[in-house]
Amino acid sequence: MRRFAALLFAGGLGFVLLVIVTQLNLGQTPMIVGQEMLNVAGAQVGAANIVTSVLLAYRGFDTLGELSVLFAAATVIGLVLGHRRSNAAVDPDGGFVLQAGADLLFPLLLVVGCNIILYGHLTPGGGFQGGVILAAAFFVGVLGRPSTGLDHSVIEVIEGFAGSAFIAVGLWALFAEGEFLMPMLDPGTVGDLISAGTLPLLSLALGLKVGSELAGLMTSLANTEAGDP
Amino acid sequence: MIHLDYVTILYVGAIGLLAIGAAGLVICNNFFRILLALVVLEAGANLLLVLMGYRGDAKAPILGFGPDGAQMVDPIPQTLVLTAIVIGVAVQALAVSILVRVFRSYGTLDIRELKARFEHDIAVEMGIEPPRGGEAPAGGRIQSSGPPNFRPPESHS
Repeated sequence: MRRFAALLFAGGLGFVLLVIVTQLNLGQTPMIVGQEMLNVAGAQVGAANIVTSVLLAYRGFDTLGELSVLFAAATVIGLVLGHRRSNAAVDPDGGFVLQAGADLLFPLLLVVGCNIILYGHLTPGGGFQGGVILAAAFFVGVLGRPSTGLDHSVIEVIEGFAGSAFIAVGLWALFAEGEFLMPMLDPGTVGDLISAGTLPLLSLALGLKVGSELAGLMTSLANTEAGDP
Repeated sequence: MIHLDYVTILYVGAIGLLAIGAAGLVICNNFFRILLALVVLEAGANLLLVLMGYRGDAKAPILGFGPDGAQMVDPIPQTLVLTAIVIGVAVQALAVSILVRVFRSYGTLDIRELKARFEHDIAVEMGIEPPRGGEAPAGGRIQSSGPPNFRPPESHS
């Protein structure tokens, strides 16, 4: 009976959404704010990637709020999982294939992650995507050799530095231009590596913050003590 | 009448993921499966949001990419989904860590068994008689009732 009700509910939900979607003009939905942003973002912000302009310039405050959500999640996970006892059993190291694969992937992921962060205002990518790849670069090493782990104090320093850098750039804009996180400096030529004013700085801070946050989060999950059920 | 082009298929796929996730949330009895259903639901919602900004004849919203003068897709849904994905990862990690703790304490993730154990523990803490399953006969003939492999209360007060 419960399964039947659940299936009925799911089917009804899908049906309602389908009906709503058929009333839209498929693939030609109107874009009011988006069109305006597409028209003015190049001249106003100077970043070729308009998604990055929206993320860091028009909705920068939102991104800061999201960083705090990530920080809160990482903190609570540390709190919930607790500290390892020093004598707790450690997972055995991975085999040769896993360790060699981790060693091989680490520099590649590091380069790709840095590239995606630094070119975030020109090509697809940005702080979030590059940060996740950076976190993965450090996490594959932990997967290959669980006994080594990551130094949480280093992660915390990077995390705090990146987070305060993001806020500092925002405050600088607040005092210089009168609005928090407003794009500053010369927008430059669209398409140049050094362009878009403070956007690359914000992107770098965002990437480091997301990367260190996720790396710490995944290692604390991976290094949880195996409990005795 | 809907003509079946690829945009329609994408929309149906996104809505299908939403429906599968919603059904899984209700049907599954294991907390880990419920979490996986939540992940599927979230993927469907993100896909639907991105599709809202999709235009069949448009290019990616990057200046100097593709032919000049072509229409670009709406950048706002893409940005929203970008943040939603990262928030989703954080929520999933938090949920997994709580599940790890629950499994360490109770040794199970089955939702019915956990409910019975929670109710039993709460009743013992409060010093009242533990609730009995709906299948147990009335009249108080059975002292320790509940599902099998069930810890009987140490003391009544």
